[in-house]
Amino acid sequence: MILYVISVGLSVTMGLMGFVNLAHGVFAMAGGYVMISSMNRYGVPFPVALGLAFVAVAAGSVLLERLLYAPLYAAGELEQVLLTIGLIFMAVAVARLIFGTVQLPVYLPDYLKGQFNLLGRDFPAYRVFLIVFSAVMVAVLWFGVERTRWGAMVRAAVDNRAMAQSVGINTRRLFTLTFALGSGLAGLGGGLGADLITIQPTYPFEQLVYFLIVVAIGGLGSLRGPFVAALLIGVSDTACKYWVPQFGAFFIYVATIAILLWRPAGLFGRRA
Amino acid sequence: MTHAGGYAADTRVRWIEWLPWAAALGAFFLLPEYLPLGARILIYILFALSLDLVVGYAGIVTLGHSAFFGLGAYTAGILGAKAGVTDPMLQMAAAALAAALLGIATGALILRTKALTLLMLTLAITQVCVEVANRATPITGGADGLSGVVVAPILGQFKFDLFGKTAYVYCLIALFVGWYLARRMVYSPFGATLAGIRENSARMHAVGAPVYWRLVLVYTLSAAMAGVAGALLTQTNQFVGLNALGFEASGELLVMLILGGAGRIYGAFVGPVVYLIAQDYLAKQFPEYWYFGIGLILVLVVMFARGGILGLVDKCIPFLKPKSSARVSAR
Repeated sequence: MILYVISVGLSVTMGLMGFVNLAHGVFAMAGGYVMISSMNRYGVPFPVALGLAFVAVAAGSVLLERLLYAPLYAAGELEQVLLTIGLIFMAVAVARLIFGTVQLPVYLPDYLKGQFNLLGRDFPAYRVFLIVFSAVMVAVLWFGVERTRWGAMVRAAVDNRAMAQSVGINTRRLFTLTFALGSGLAGLGGGLGADLITIQPTYPFEQLVYFLIVVAIGGLGSLRGPFVAALLIGVSDTACKYWVPQFGAFFIYVATIAILLWRPAGLFGRRA
Repeated sequence: MTHAGGYAADTRVRWIEWLPWAAALGAFFLLPEYLPLGARILIYILFALSLDLVVGYAGIVTLGHSAFFGLGAYTAGILGAKAGVTDPMLQMAAAALAAALLGIATGALILRTKALTLLMLTLAITQVCVEVANRATPITGGADGLSGVVVAPILGQFKFDLFGKTAYVYCLIALFVGWYLARRMVYSPFGATLAGIRENSARMHAVGAPVYWRLVLVYTLSAAMAGVAGALLTQTNQFVGLNALGFEASGELLVMLILGGAGRIYGAFVGPVVYLIAQDYLAKQFPEYWYFGIGLILVLVVMFARGGILGLVDKCIPFLKPKSSARVSAR
């Protein structure tokens, strides 16, 4: 599910906006660091720290978007790939400088620790919380993109930017906001997942492949796609590592290749 | 991407094109203590050159070129360490063949797709290769890498010495051959087709060029070249590690190429020289943080100097020589 929360943000920037954003993990990492350090150093309670992660990362991404991303919307994917790889390099170094190379511990609040009993079986509370939280987010996002004016404007701007601009939509501001939303979601995902996927300076590199696979399989520009793909990848990866450990992560890469060859636009891709 | 020369251009080797070779020979005599670094730079130039054919000329954006580099490195390494084939020429030929086979197999599969899908496919294929190398511990040494690669003297005459003299000259000769072939290819009708596909593939379809097969061919040739570079790396280090395969290596290489300037032969020369020397210097000074500098350079290059270092040089030439700028604008 964490994979979903992070990659849905990527689906927003990459899918809706059509920008090859390899630096997405950077935002997730930043979110994780913001959450952890605000909790550990300043004693901010967990829900507030999560919100802080979202807001801080979204605000930071606005700056980056205006400075670096916006001039490259029209450029080819090669330039976009390179720019974002450069950002990853820089972020990794900065994270090392500020936080060191050791992984930071996450202290969950007591009400999310331990197990609770439901229908005679034990469930770890935090994971249940994650699943419920993500489900709510899925619903909100889906509603936002498919049913609100904002969603309609974003979709219009992506399909035909010039036309959207000419009917009076401020596409520049719209893109900045959308980008901030996507990055903020990544930050939120990083913060939420900090307990499961450890936050450390090499995080953007190590998790990058997973995020990209989820988005590519799910299909660009859809919210349902990454959701299904994240579930599919998460479950099958765990299952394969459990049943045939000698193959390791082998399976998901082969599956990725197969799915992309079968449906180049992803399972739920809008563009042919 | 600017594109110096091309099919119609004068294809004779100009005097300035001999400069890198003169510099390389000069470095051999003047900087003997830097020869191991020099050999590394030469290998990466060859590798970057192979990537340039694919990215710069044919316009295929890939994050998976290290798969071929790594496969070449492992082929040479396994032959030398396990199979007892110690002749460096044989190892290199085998590496080129293995990489070319992988290139033709994967290229035929993935080159029908475009853009992000293609990027993801190259990435996934690389990851599969990494997983195979990581798991097949008895053959590849797994995460510990493959050590104890035996390499016989070249042609039975020149032994690989401690100071890297033989390795340097050996890499230089290999690079020269690679450069010559790449140069011939770029200026050939085939090279012109590739540039055409990069600029407008629909139009190339329309004029009847076999777009798909041309792409597969260049992908395969480039893979073979990357395989040779990989074999060189193994032979000079007598060691293969997993990091030769991973997509980080592809990313790093892409950085070098863009730094120098993609879509031009000498971009592949300038990039690795600058990158590896900067890496060598910065990594000594700031072992933890030199990545920041590399990232910053990359961002700056993308934002302000799309043609890389050589692109900048091109832009500056008119200011230095007013006459030639008039000629360029007249063209």
